[in-house]
Amino acid sequence: MIFQEPTTSLNPVLSVRLQLSETLELHRGMDRETGFEEAAKLIKLVGIPDAERRAEDYPYQFSGGMQQRIMMAMALSCNPDLIIADEPTTSVDVTVQAQLLELIDSLRSQFGTAVILITHNLGIVARYVDRVNVMYAGRLVESGPTDVIYNEPRHPYTMGLIGSVPRLDLPRKRQLYVIDGLPPHLAHLPTGCAFHPRCRYAISRCSEETPELEPVGDNHTSACFRREEQEIFARAT
Amino acid sequence: MAKDDNLVEIDNLYMHFPVLAGVMRKRVGDVKAVDGVSFNIKRGETLGLVGESGCGKTTTGRCILQLYKITSGKILFEGKDLTKIGQGELRSTRKNMQLIFQDPYASLDPRMSAGSLIGEPMLVHKLVKGKEYKEQVAELLRLVQLEPFMADRYPHEFSGGQRQRIGIARALATRPELIICDEPVSALDVSIQTQVITLLIRLREEMNLTYLFIAHDLSVVRHISDRVAVMYLGKIVEITDSDELYDNPLHPYTQALLSAVPIPNPVVDRQRKRILLTGDVPSPVNPPPGCNFHPRCHMAIDICKEQVPEGKEVGSGHWVACHRV
Repeated sequence: MIFQEPTTSLNPVLSVRLQLSETLELHRGMDRETGFEEAAKLIKLVGIPDAERRAEDYPYQFSGGMQQRIMMAMALSCNPDLIIADEPTTSVDVTVQAQLLELIDSLRSQFGTAVILITHNLGIVARYVDRVNVMYAGRLVESGPTDVIYNEPRHPYTMGLIGSVPRLDLPRKRQLYVIDGLPPHLAHLPTGCAFHPRCRYAISRCSEETPELEPVGDNHTSACFRREEQEIFARAT
Repeated sequence: MAKDDNLVEIDNLYMHFPVLAGVMRKRVGDVKAVDGVSFNIKRGETLGLVGESGCGKTTTGRCILQLYKITSGKILFEGKDLTKIGQGELRSTRKNMQLIFQDPYASLDPRMSAGSLIGEPMLVHKLVKGKEYKEQVAELLRLVQLEPFMADRYPHEFSGGQRQRIGIARALATRPELIICDEPVSALDVSIQTQVITLLIRLREEMNLTYLFIAHDLSVVRHISDRVAVMYLGKIVEITDSDELYDNPLHPYTQALLSAVPIPNPVVDRQRKRILLTGDVPSPVNPPPGCNFHPRCHMAIDICKEQVPEGKEVGSGHWVACHRV
């Protein structure tokens, strides 16, 4: 697991070497000495220069981006098959974000680890992800390969999200698609489709029944009653 | 361009914060938060100010409002040098420049109702009397798409997006000319960001506002701004027209910054050139000599390590500070 905020996820009173070694000792049965050695190797693996010396440092001596690298080293320490990265770059700057995501991507291909990337940043999804699940109010509303989701979304929420972010490559004065209203309170979900009060295309059925994920193409599913109505989704870029 | 077109002119602004240490609180160095910044904002335009955290964007904004006593430089607002005028005059000038804050959770007093939060600036500047007050507050609420009856509610009863609207209404209360928007949408959800951006654009048109839009999100800045200034470690490295910024970025830092922002479309994004910066932003206490970007720059040559690049004009309104341009 890679968390959102490295600053609060690392233990401030232990050196990073000790924190890494703790995991190695508990899960891989290493003794302290080999744990320390392995910890330094992991720190080097995630691209921190001068790993041997830096391993002795405490979290506060690292920048946010470096702390997130330590978190990655920790996540990798037991050779996992799956890494869950929960908003791994939300608290860092764009240039560091790019560094971290490239690192996750290269580690993924190097070790063949599967990655679940949880994010609200549609750009990151477009650049690094193979398949996308779009969630709204606790349910999946659309699922499919990245290219298909971006170019032929079949759920009004997905379409709205994609249309609502300013894009560097499109004309500047472009009118953004505004999704009105607020996300619902999870304890008081609207009846039927949870998105219907904010949906421009809602019909009466949407407030009565809850749509299930149904196929709309190869590996592509959508939970919308109007998913087959091409004209709704035609305007999506 | 006629000189009086400029609402704000900033000339060689320096803002150094002392670093004190030891029992004697001796000055051991300076945080060079803003290190020789010059730009102007024309009446009615939106100037975007982008850069990574700690590069001095917010400090620049706050210097304009005279919230800090600046180290040196000139700040002209409507031709008046704000660093030279007295307290009384400054107070009446401040009416014309307001600030929208980044964090709508921290910037509203939890013990004040929305109505008094919005109305307070009008009372401070003695802009309304008696009955007018209530009407004005209601009007401001409507302006930011909230309902007048919400005036009696307290901040905790509002969502993040609604609180930011209250912050905007409060900034608009004195009918200012200039609004400094300091990361106004970065604390909000994606769909709410779009609502607030759209609102800010509408208000600008309706009320002839001038914005200094400070943010780290390049796509948002480009969308709302007419011109964009890119800042790195206390200095401005490039100022240009928003369209030119994306089509023809000249400074290597601008190029890297742009390429670090993924475009939310996989097909388009795959075709872009990527420049990956290495390392972190250096500390503004000890910035590198020469061009302060050179340790991370993919185009750096020897001269970059020794000489600070002079800014130069390349093409109309496109200003850049780099030896390689």
